[in-house]
This record gives sequence, structure tokens and C-alpha cells, in this order.
Amino acid sequence: MNAETETRDLVIIGSGMAGYTLLREIRKLDKELQITLICADRGDFYSKPMLSNALDKQKTPDSLVTQSAEAISEALNFELVNHTTVTAIDPAQQRIDSSSGSWTYQRLVLATGARQFVLPIDGDGAGDILSVNSLDDYRQFHLRLDDARKIAIIGPGLIGCEFANDLALAGKQVSVIGPDPWPLSTLLPEQAGQFLHAKLAQQGIGFHLQNTVQSVQRGDDGYQLALADDSQLEADLVLSAVGLRANLDLAESSGLNTDRGYVTDRLLQTSIENIYALGDCAEVEGRHLPYILPIMQCARALARTLTGYPTEVRYPAMPVTIKTPSCPIVVAPAAQADAEWRLENTEDGIKALQYVNDDLVGFVLVGDAVTERQALSRLVPDVL
Amino acid sequence: MNKWECIICGFIYDEELGLPDEGIPAGTRWEDVPDDWICPECAATKDDFEMVKI
Repeated sequence: MNAETETRDLVIIGSGMAGYTLLREIRKLDKELQITLICADRGDFYSKPMLSNALDKQKTPDSLVTQSAEAISEALNFELVNHTTVTAIDPAQQRIDSSSGSWTYQRLVLATGARQFVLPIDGDGAGDILSVNSLDDYRQFHLRLDDARKIAIIGPGLIGCEFANDLALAGKQVSVIGPDPWPLSTLLPEQAGQFLHAKLAQQGIGFHLQNTVQSVQRGDDGYQLALADDSQLEADLVLSAVGLRANLDLAESSGLNTDRGYVTDRLLQTSIENIYALGDCAEVEGRHLPYILPIMQCARALARTLTGYPTEVRYPAMPVTIKTPSCPIVVAPAAQADAEWRLENTEDGIKALQYVNDDLVGFVLVGDAVTERQALSRLVPDVL
Repeated sequence: MNKWECIICGFIYDEELGLPDEGIPAGTRWEDVPDDWICPECAATKDDFEMVKI
């Protein structure tokens, strides 16, 4: 940690979808650029979106890995520094400090992702609550699944509903608890949310809505959850899926501007020169969109910028598929808060369109209506 | 007829079904899917798909 730090052309922090997609896109344009990727985990490449439907797809934690750390670093020709946590950035010196030493960089990319935030909950079992936002998290969860018959999920949002559906299809007895009036309440209008609720209830999933978990106590056999309405719930495993927060641990040492993520412009440059950010840790022109399609768009633009062709990212309509096989859903939410819903029932689903002054600005498709996704995607305006 | 899975997001292209909504008729073999086609769920390119072993 002294003057003898080595210099790297490009350092990427993070081995998730954002870091590896960027690397892959850079290699399509430039085979030579010297790249170092630093990550806290092993650095295996896996499909993150598949974590919440791995059981249905009959994937184990190991078979979710499509390329081992060794294979990907060879295929994409980069230096992998794994099992390493970056502890500080010194922008004046263009230097990073980590648990494995220090380097100076020409350009630095933050792809540090997000984590599930955990609500404060009382009880001696609260520390046993799991959340899943990485393959390593999933391994822990998977280890405990065999012995778990009853599973409680805190948070009826996107990740909560996906896991609930996957676990129910695998024969688990699933309960979902949250203050929301209907599942996916931040994305779906009420009628669509009630449709989803009914479909998931048919799979045996029990919903405890407009309710919260007050405490989780260890019992002789599993956990006792005390809910706000004074009811009790038993579970062998408690999963928390109440929402993502960007990993901004490097903000303090670096002085980078943050809001819901590291704040960037459309070139994905942060508030400090030569430092870029993308993925779930980034807020691009005021938008924090922790989904896969924005990562792709950002990775492609940033790869060009980093190889000599400064390119602003463009966000076309980016419909998000929600992996609830018992009730397929696609959402392309309007940016405008005042958009007006117009709903239409299909044979076994709902088509909900969002309008501002008769202009289509967003949509939600539920059930058999999802077949209209491509057609509608062409009609809604760019997000950015 | 084969199935191809996106290694990024798990989307499955089933040759038997095609993607009629996107103008790819049922029965279209993978090699006949246009090279500039992208995964509808994650925008990955055809290179990022692998044949699903059955």
C-alpha cells in the first residue's frame, strides 16, 4: 500500500451481470485493451435472473454457473482478482485500495451492484432471515431448502412473487407478507394485481397483505412469525425480498455523488473524471433501473466509450418480464406519475395501457395478454 | 426441433414454436433466425444462446 502500486488501463469492480456484460461488449470491439476485474466472490459467471426461477428450471447452484471464473477470464482475456474487496478510491491519485493490495488506474468502472435491504425485525430468529441477490446468497438458501417445508417471504414485490411462485411449484408451502394492498403494487394497477393474487393463490400461496412481520422467534421446530395484525405464522425458512439498495460503499472515500446510485450522465461517467458506473449501482440521468435490459444498453454504450467512441446511452422501451410462470407478466412502466390507466380484459389475462393525453406511454400485460409485448413495445416512447 | 436458452436470462427459443409475435414463424430453425435478432427479455445476441440439452 505504498508508492509501488502497479497501474492498470481499465479496472472494473464487480463480477455481476454489469461487470461481465461490459467486459464481453468491450471484447467485441477491442481484443487488446488491458483489463483487470476485481470482485468479492469467486467470479463465476451465472445467470442472475434465473436465481428466482432456478427450481422450476431444475438448476442447482452449480449448474447455474455457465462459465467458471477461470474459463471466462481466459475466454475474455482479462486479469481476474477475485475474493477481493475494494475498500477505498483515491480519485486524486487514481488509486484503489483493496484487501489484496493497491493499484492505480487509468479508468475505473463501478459495477458493484445492489443488495437486498433488510427491515428491522425483532426476535432471536431475525438474524436467520435470508435474502438472495447473488449466487453465493442462493447457495446458502438452497442448502436450507431441503429441510424447509413452510417458507415465509417478506415482500410481495417482483423478487418476492418470483420466489413464491418458484417455491410453490416445487411443492413448498409458501406465505407472502407485506404492507402492499396487492402483489406487485408498485408496478401493477389494482385489477392486474388482484388477477396475479388469484393465480398465485391457486398455487397454494398464502398472502398476508396490508400486514407486516413484527418479530421472528426461533421455536423448537422452525420459526414463529408475529404479524402486525396479531396473527402468527410458522415457517421453516424466512426469506426477505423487500427491495434493492445500490452498493455505494465506495462513495465516502471517493467523494462520488450519489442518490439512489452513483450518479452518472448519459456517458455513464460519474461526478469524477475517469470513473464510470453501470448496472444496479448506477443512477443514470436520474433513473435507477435495476433490471437486465438497462444493463445491456449501458454496457454497449460504455464499451464504445471506453474503446474510443464516446457514446451516450439510449434507453428504448425496456419491458420487464416477471418470472411468475403461473401468471406471466410483462411491465413497461410509464415514467410519468400522472399517466392514466385504461384496462381491458383478455380471455385469461389483462391488458393495461397507460396514457398521457391519449399518447400511449406504458403498459402492463398479465396472463395471456403477454403475447402483445413486442407490438406494444414498438409503440411506447423511449425512456431516455 | 431444438430449444435454445439464453445464458444471460434463461429465455428459451423453441424452434417448434418460433416467435410469431416477432415475425419468426413456428418451425424456424435456430440457424435461420436472423443474425441481428436479440433476446426479447435481455437483448443478448444469438451468440449468447446455448442449445438446451434434453
